[in-house]
Amino acid sequence: MEAEAAKYIGAGIACLALAGAGIGIGLIFSSYLQGALRNPSAAQAQFPNLLLGFALAEATGLFGLLVALILLFVV
Amino acid sequence: MQSLVELSYEFVSNMVRQNVGQEGKKYFPFIFTIFMFVLFLNMLGMMPYSFTVTSHIAVTFALAFLIFLLVTVVGFVKHGIGFLGYFAPKGVPVFMLPLLVIIEVISYFTRPISLSVRLFANMMAGHTMLKVFSGFVISMGIAGGWLPLGVMVAFTGLEILIAFLQAYVFTILTCIYLNDSLHMH
Repeated sequence: MEAEAAKYIGAGIACLALAGAGIGIGLIFSSYLQGALRNPSAAQAQFPNLLLGFALAEATGLFGLLVALILLFVV
Repeated sequence: MQSLVELSYEFVSNMVRQNVGQEGKKYFPFIFTIFMFVLFLNMLGMMPYSFTVTSHIAVTFALAFLIFLLVTVVGFVKHGIGFLGYFAPKGVPVFMLPLLVIIEVISYFTRPISLSVRLFANMMAGHTMLKVFSGFVISMGIAGGWLPLGVMVAFTGLEILIAFLQAYVFTILTCIYLNDSLHMH
């Protein structure tokens, strides 16, 4: 197999990491919504934690995307 | 205009006070600068025909490395060589200690990498997707009707939201790392 083809296949496989990111973000928001519906007055105080958790979960998925981009453009 | 500045001052001041505590007040100018810097660099990238500075790993890594150095130096200045005790939390059984110390050190050193790559990948991926969707708008031409325009507007809105969010997350993680250094664990 040539290097070019292997690069593209590798980049495609690296994007599977985004599935984990999607699940993680869904989990964070779902637990926030569950907690907020049970205890609405405490929900506003936890909003910064929600944003922080969302960004951290998204970051892990983007690391996978970064590997894909490195394979495509740098290697 | 003044209320905007006061709002943002209040916002960052609350963030610093909640996450770093009373000792964090002397780091407040630095945190405020970081927040405004990242926020405005991200927002500048949203203006048409402009250049997104934070979508280059060189810029974000320099910023994250600076913050990492600051946090480490602050830890050493405040606690002396005892700062190395940060890597061995209390109440750990002795036989687990070597493995735990290695894991803690590795996770401490990946902090600047994760901080910089998060901002860089978000900005670069966002702008790349905007460009790709714009290409689709052009190639679909008149056949798409209002849909390409609607998607572009929604996506640009999402990018603006992400610009704010990433600036906020960058700053709040800096506050958390500073808190870790000032009050060990």
